[in-house]
Amino acid sequence: MPFEFVVGGVVAGILTGLVYGLMALGLSVIFGVVRIVNFAHGELMTVAMYAAALLFARFELDPFLAVLPVAAAFFVLGYALQAGLINRFITRPEHSQFMLLVAIGLIVVNALLMAFGPDARGVQVDYQLESFELGDIVVDKARLYAAGLAVLTALALIGLFRFTRTGKAIRACADNHFAARVVGLNVKRLYAITFGLGAVCVAVAGCSLTLLFDVTPSVGPQYTLLAFVIVIVGGLGSMLGALVGGVLIGVSEALAGLYISPSAKSMLSFGLLIVVLIVRPQGLFGRRR
Amino acid sequence: MTRTALLLAILGVVAVVFPWIAGPYALSVATLILYFAYTGQAWNVMMGFAGQLSLGHALYVGIGAYAAGGLYYHLGIGPWLGLPLAIAAAALVGAIIGWLAFRFGVAGVYFALLTIAFAEFTRIGFDHMAWTGGPGGMFLPVAERDHIDLVHFRGPPALYYYAMLALTAGALALCARLLDSRAGYYWRAIRENEDAAQALGVHVFRWKLLAMAISAGMTAIAGVFYAFYNNSLFPEQIFHTGRSIEIILGSVIGGVGTLFGPILGAAVLTLLSEAVTAALAALGWEVPGAKQVVYGVVLLGVVVFLPGGIWPPLARRLGIRR
Amino acid sequence: MASSQGITRRSFQTALAAGLASSLLPLRRARAQAHKLKVGVILPRSGTQGLTGQSCQKGADLAPGVIKELLGVELELMNADFESNVDTARTRAERLIQDGAHVLVGPFDSGAAAAIAQVAEQRGVPLIINIAAAPQITEQGYKFVFRNFQTAGEIVKNGLDLIGELFSATHAAPTTAVYMHVNDTFGQAMTKGILATLPSRSQLGFKIVDEIAYDPAAKDLSVEISRAKATKADFLLLVSRLNDAILLRREMVKQRWNPMGIVSPGSPGMYEEQYFKSLGKLSDYSISNVPWFNPNANLTKIVEKAFARQNPNDKLVFHGLNVGFTFEAILVAADAFKRAKTTDPKALADAIRQTHITDKMTLGGPIKFNAKGQVEGIGSACVQNLNQLPTVVLPAAAATARPVFPQPGYKKT
Repeated sequence: MPFEFVVGGVVAGILTGLVYGLMALGLSVIFGVVRIVNFAHGELMTVAMYAAALLFARFELDPFLAVLPVAAAFFVLGYALQAGLINRFITRPEHSQFMLLVAIGLIVVNALLMAFGPDARGVQVDYQLESFELGDIVVDKARLYAAGLAVLTALALIGLFRFTRTGKAIRACADNHFAARVVGLNVKRLYAITFGLGAVCVAVAGCSLTLLFDVTPSVGPQYTLLAFVIVIVGGLGSMLGALVGGVLIGVSEALAGLYISPSAKSMLSFGLLIVVLIVRPQGLFGRRR
Repeated sequence: MTRTALLLAILGVVAVVFPWIAGPYALSVATLILYFAYTGQAWNVMMGFAGQLSLGHALYVGIGAYAAGGLYYHLGIGPWLGLPLAIAAAALVGAIIGWLAFRFGVAGVYFALLTIAFAEFTRIGFDHMAWTGGPGGMFLPVAERDHIDLVHFRGPPALYYYAMLALTAGALALCARLLDSRAGYYWRAIRENEDAAQALGVHVFRWKLLAMAISAGMTAIAGVFYAFYNNSLFPEQIFHTGRSIEIILGSVIGGVGTLFGPILGAAVLTLLSEAVTAALAALGWEVPGAKQVVYGVVLLGVVVFLPGGIWPPLARRLGIRR
Repeated sequence: MASSQGITRRSFQTALAAGLASSLLPLRRARAQAHKLKVGVILPRSGTQGLTGQSCQKGADLAPGVIKELLGVELELMNADFESNVDTARTRAERLIQDGAHVLVGPFDSGAAAAIAQVAEQRGVPLIINIAAAPQITEQGYKFVFRNFQTAGEIVKNGLDLIGELFSATHAAPTTAVYMHVNDTFGQAMTKGILATLPSRSQLGFKIVDEIAYDPAAKDLSVEISRAKATKADFLLLVSRLNDAILLRREMVKQRWNPMGIVSPGSPGMYEEQYFKSLGKLSDYSISNVPWFNPNANLTKIVEKAFARQNPNDKLVFHGLNVGFTFEAILVAADAFKRAKTTDPKALADAIRQTHITDKMTLGGPIKFNAKGQVEGIGSACVQNLNQLPTVVLPAAAATARPVFPQPGYKKT
C-alpha cells in the first residue's frame, strides 16, 4: 500500500472521527449527568440531518449556517424531551429507560418515513466535492470544515461546563446528585438543560454530516450503535474521551479497511469495544466508577 | 382449584384446540406470539430473575439456528442431534460472556452494552464465514411438506405451532420451578441488592453465570425452531440488534420478573401490531411507517404509565399471585 | 396529509377493534367463480428496503388499469407492507390469503421470498416473484412458486457478456479492473457468480487486480476508494446498492480518481432516480448491465403512459427494473386468470405453468416457466447514464444511444 494512501486514509479517519466524536459527545454528556443512556441518539441525529437537508432544499441554506437554527431548535427539543418525559424515568430501572428511548427511536424513524418517504436526502454545495492536495495526499474540504466545527463546538461546550454558573451547577449535579439537591439546585431543570446541550451536539454533528453523507429514515439505529462504541471506548461521561474515541475508531476503521477487508472493519470496532469494556470499563479517559 | 390453576387450565385448553378453530393466518400469528413468549421467558431468566440486562439475545437465537441449521444443511443431520449441540454451544457462549463480564466487574449499562457488542461482533463475523453461507444466506432444503416428519421436524404449520406451544409451556413450568428453587431465591437476592447478597454468603458470581447459561441455552432452542420454521438464515436478519429488541419488548411490556408477563406481553404486542395494520388498512390510511408510529406510541404509553408492565396490575385485579 | 382528516379517535378505535377481531376469527371466505382476480402484492414499503419496495409498488399500482385495457381482465390489488422483516412477510402473506388473495406477487427480497414461498406452497396459492435473485428459491421443488427474474448466476453471465460487447463496440481494451462489492446477500451471490464465470471469459481481456468487499451499512467509503485507487486499475467493476453507489461516486471525485469507467455487471444503484438526484452531472457515464425493459417494445409505451398519468413528476426509466418486473409478474397472473377462467388457485397455477407471453415489456425471450417455475432467457441491457437519464446503449436492437467508454475526463493513474 503506497504511503500517501495510508496517510490519506488516516487523515480522513481522523476528520470523520471528530464529527462522529461530537455526536458521541452528546451521548456522553447526557449519560455523565443524567445517568441515562440515550438509545435514540442516532435517530435524533437523523432528524437534524433532515432539518439541514430541508433548509437547504427550501432556502439553499448552507448546512454550516443551518447549524444555528437547527441547534437552537434541538436545544429546545432536548430540553422538552427531558423535562416532559425522561425526568420521570431517572429512578426507574435501566430496562425501563431503554424501552422508553427505543419507543422514541421507533416513532422518530417511522415518522420521518411517513413525512419524507424512503428517499435519501442530501445537500449539494460547491465545495462539497473539492479537496485540498498536499503533495500526494488528498484532503476532502467538507470533511475538514466539518471536523473543525466539531472541535470548536466541543471546546465551546467544555468551556461552558467549566466557566459558567450553570455549567458548574450541572457538574455538581453529576458529581453528587443528592448534595446538589441539598444545596438547593433545581436538579430537574439542570438535567433538562444538559439534555438540551447533548441535543445541540447532535444537531451540529448532524448538520455537518449532511455534507458528507445522504440521510435516509432507517440509518438512525446505526448511528446510535456507532455513538455507543465511541463513547465506551473513550469513556462514558468523559467529554475529551468522546472526541478521542471518535478519532480512535475513525483511524482504526481506516487502517482495517486498508489492510484487512473493509466489510469487516466495524467488527474491529466492536472487538475494541469488548476489550475496552472488559479491561478498562471506565474507558480510556473515564474516571473510575 | 386456585385461580391461577384455573386460568392456566383455560389457557391450555384454548391453546391446544386453537389449530382446529383458527385459520392459517391466525395460526401463523399465534406461532409468532408463542415464539416471542418463549424467547421473552428465556430472556426473563437473566433479567427478571437475576437482574442482568441483556440487549443482545439475538446472539443465542443465531447460534442455535446456525448450529442446528448448519448440521442439517451440510451433513443432513436432523434437529434432534442439532438441538443439544445448539443448547450447549449457546450456553457455553453465554457462560463465557458472563465469566468475562462478571470476572471483570462489568455491570449495569456497561453489561448491557457488552451484550450488544458481542451480538454485533458475531453478526459481522458470520457475514465473513463461508461455512454458514455468509451474507448470501443458508437455505435449508425443504423436501417434505405434506405429512409430518418428526425426525427432520418437517410438516404443516400446526406442527410448528404445537412445537412452540410445548416449548412455551415447558419454559413456563421450568421458570416456575426455578423461581421456587434455591437458585430463584439467590437470583432475586442478587437482583435486589448484589452487595447484600454477597455479604450474606451467596456465591454471586456462580449464580449469575448459571442464569446466563440457562437463559442462553433456552434461547438457542428458539433458534433451532427458527431455522426449521423459516428454512433460510441470514446473519443480517438473525443477529440484528432489532431482533434482540423484539425479544425484550414482550417481557418489558408484560412485566419483567413475572411468570406470565412475557407471555401476556408477547400476545399483546403481536396482536397490537396485527390489529393496527388491519385498522389502518380498513381506514384506507396505508402510509408506510404509520403502523410503526402507532405501535411506538402505544409502547411509549405503556412504559410511561405502567412501569411494572401490564401483568402485575392485571393479576391484582384478577386476584392472582404474580 | 390530506387523507388523515376524518380519522377520529373513535373511528380509529372501532377499526382497531375490528382489526383485532378479524385477526382472531377465522373468516373463511368462499372462493367462488369470481370475475375479478384478487392479487396480493407484498412488498417492503417501510424499513431498510422501503425505497425499492415503494418503487416496485408503482409498477403494481398501474397494472390493473393497463391490464384491463390489454386483456379485458378485472384485477383487484391487495397491498401488504412486510416492513423489511421476514417474520412479518410470513404473517402478511397468510393474511392476504385469508382475505381472499388468489395469487401473491412480490417481494423483492430473497429472504422474504423464501418465507413467503413456504406459505404459498402450504396454502396452494401461486406466488409470482417479481424480483429476488437467490437461485435456491426455485430449487426447493415448489409447485406454486414462479419467478420471472434472473437468478444471480444469470445476471452475472449476461452482465459479463455485455461488458465484452461494450468493449468491442467502443474499441476499448482495458486490462485491469478493481472489483468492489457490497457484502450482503445479493453482493455475495453476485461475487460467487463473477469469480466462477470470469476465468472462462478470457476474451474479455481484463483481470481483477483487487477485490474489495464493503459493509452494506457503510456511511463512509473513503478508505475503500483509496484502496481501489491505489491498485491503478483501468476501470471499476462494481456490485452495489443505492446509497453506497452514491457515496462511492462522490468519493471518487474527491479523491480525483478517474478510471475509464464504472461498470456494474448487474446490480441496483446507478440507474436509480436517487443516483441522479444526488449526483447531478456526476451520475453520467456510469454503466449498469441489468435486466431491463425494452424501450422500443409496444407494451413499454403503454406502461410508460400509464406511469406518467399516475406519477406526473416522475419518469418510468428511473424505476425501470422495479416497475417492469413487478408489472410483468401481475401480467403473468392476469394472463393465467384469463386462460383459466377461474380464480381457483390450483387452476391458476396450472395456467401459469402454461404461460407463453411474447408481447412483454422486459428484454429477452417469451415469459415461459420451466419445470422449476423459473423463466429462462430473460435479457439484460447495457444501461449507461447519458444526459442524466438511464439510457439503453446495448444490445443494439434495443439501444437508443451509443455507448461511451472510456468516459470523458479519463486519466490514467
